[in-house]
Amino acid sequence: MAEAPGSRRERLKIFLGYASGVGKSFRMLDEARRRHERGQDVVVGAMQPQRSPELEELLSGLEVIPPNIVDGVPVVDVDAILRRRPRVCVIDGLAYNNPPASRHPYRWQDVQELVDSGISVIASVNLQYIEEERDKVEVITGKHVTQTIPKAFLYGADEIVVVDVSPDSVAGRAAETGGSEEKVAQRLSSLRELALLLTADIVDRQLETYLEARGMDQLWGAHERFLVCVTPRTNASQMIAAAKRSAERFHGDLYAAYVEQPELSPRDREALDANLAAAREAGAKIEMLGGEDFVATIVEYARSQRITQILIGHSLRHSWWDRLRGGPIDRLICAAEGMDLRVFPH
Amino acid sequence: MPEPTPKRRGRLKVYLGYAAGVGKTYQMLADAQELAHTGVDIVVGYFESHGRSDTILKSQGLEVIPRRQMEYRGAIFEEMDVDAILRREPRVCLVDELAHTNVPGSGREKRWEDVLALLEHGIDVLTTVNIQHVESLNDQVWHLTGIRVRETVPDWVIKEAAEVVMVDATPQALINRLLRGAVYAPEKARRALENFFKESTLVALREMALRETAHEVEVRHVTPPIFDESPDGDHAGAPERPAAPPARILVYLAADSSTPLLIRRARRVADYLEAECYAVVVYREGELARLPADRRAETERLLNFARNLHIETRTLEGADVANTLVDFARLQHITRIFVARPRYGRWRWFLARNLIHRIVRKASDMEVVVVADRGAAASR
Repeated sequence: MAEAPGSRRERLKIFLGYASGVGKSFRMLDEARRRHERGQDVVVGAMQPQRSPELEELLSGLEVIPPNIVDGVPVVDVDAILRRRPRVCVIDGLAYNNPPASRHPYRWQDVQELVDSGISVIASVNLQYIEEERDKVEVITGKHVTQTIPKAFLYGADEIVVVDVSPDSVAGRAAETGGSEEKVAQRLSSLRELALLLTADIVDRQLETYLEARGMDQLWGAHERFLVCVTPRTNASQMIAAAKRSAERFHGDLYAAYVEQPELSPRDREALDANLAAAREAGAKIEMLGGEDFVATIVEYARSQRITQILIGHSLRHSWWDRLRGGPIDRLICAAEGMDLRVFPH
Repeated sequence: MPEPTPKRRGRLKVYLGYAAGVGKTYQMLADAQELAHTGVDIVVGYFESHGRSDTILKSQGLEVIPRRQMEYRGAIFEEMDVDAILRREPRVCLVDELAHTNVPGSGREKRWEDVLALLEHGIDVLTTVNIQHVESLNDQVWHLTGIRVRETVPDWVIKEAAEVVMVDATPQALINRLLRGAVYAPEKARRALENFFKESTLVALREMALRETAHEVEVRHVTPPIFDESPDGDHAGAPERPAAPPARILVYLAADSSTPLLIRRARRVADYLEAECYAVVVYREGELARLPADRRAETERLLNFARNLHIETRTLEGADVANTLVDFARLQHITRIFVARPRYGRWRWFLARNLIHRIVRKASDMEVVVVADRGAAASR
């Protein structure tokens, strides 16, 4: 996010929960309490309407700037908070659409303004209210939500914390309708997994930014990235299926690359197109690479994408010439240092 | 209502963190307080406050089983008193720091073995562990931190857990806590910030812990997605996707080039694919008899390491290494063979590459994975 001139860019911290009742608000207010006790100037700008006695107790020790109620919707009183100028402001629940003619259409934009004008914000949000996750969540819960925040807002936050508890300690889960105890637990677990993976992706992005900013170039391997080498001559379907399965199980990313060869016969061209189409269908990011040398081109691309595993087909007919000077597989094993090489027979 | 029930196995819950100070123990104690509040018979078997005031406060009111004092080489050590806990027979027991190694003479070498004993006696256990102590991640952690963690917990112990929850905190918050002196004493905190607690390291460890927890959630609760159900109803024309055969992994161990790294990687992949995993050493006929004792011991150590990770091992002999290996693989319906990336040295390289070649050619119905040492590239 760009730094506005004349204002200090303050920090935005978001607590992410996988369902309501996991204890986000508690974690958030508990942090507010601890900061307050350490002498930071903390106010609460918005709270969820339903509150447990524990939350009420935490809240009672903090200063509250109540939201304005407009058409029955609580709207963060940005003016009042800006006048009060606290160091930290707590906003429970990010995904609210403000009524028409409000300062901003969405509450997350109110938060953005507070942060831009030098106030740190601690906020909370539920997985289901993240625009890009909404469909996946809807498949699991069957519930449709209309008020969302963009994922980019999470990516832009300075800090994100996932509030992870086991499904059996989700408060109010008894009130969940539909299905047996087991079904409810399964549903909550699916949401939990989504929230953990979303947080991991955000953290991965942070790591990338961090490394780039410092000119550090390292392979980490917390996140698996699979690269399928596509050629016209190989039957890539088995390889692509294996790569897809791996990417799913490891929640990794899938890539497919083709190193351009001159003068492909129409038959080869057709086979290549079929292989590329299969890779695309498997969800791979496709890259057509130009380069003199197959091995050098593949390895260079793999390094640039922080690939952890390269999948390649191996022709069973190979010439005495290849044997003598080392075929592409040998040279790949040698050059692709730090990456696994998975060889598929063809 | 109180009828004699057959002894059930205790339930294990793991609080997973990515560094000291993220709040694992605090969270565990908070849950314990809640359980105690609802009348559950819960005791503290072992808990390490590290002098943190928040943590000490959270432990108040909980029944603590006194530790056992042990003398070793003239010093006094304190360990969890498993026998006392078993006599007390609580419903739930708190055991901090699962990866801890007991002082020699404690009966069991590792605390996780103590925990297994409690579970066997039907006691539920809440415990804490950091991601860097998970055995199969040992190499990755080493690459990230430059620290070879010695106290590890085998992955299958974590698998025993009915529930794994992630205790999350941001690296920035953690660093602030450290700077405030809330985690370690000042001198130790300063050293920690220069080593393990570098921000990039913490971010990477955190990602690792998040992905690990997501995986643990998935294998326990989430049914795999169903493919091929196109919502627009035109799946009449969709080809039947043949179910992939269950993955079975074979690790080829060669005493001169294989390392625990290869075994850990295979174990990890096997866990993710829910695959069976085997490891073999292959000798040429008569070679084993001629092998010097130290080489033989080295190989035995590797096999032992594999067995400790619940990998079935076999020692094979045959006229030709590649043939023997691939024949065995075919017999066992192996789908993937793991071999180590050859190390440098011209002659070695030539031999190893030749062997890999021959394995690839013979194992025409299997995938061959040449496993890299990921640290080699990262540490340059």
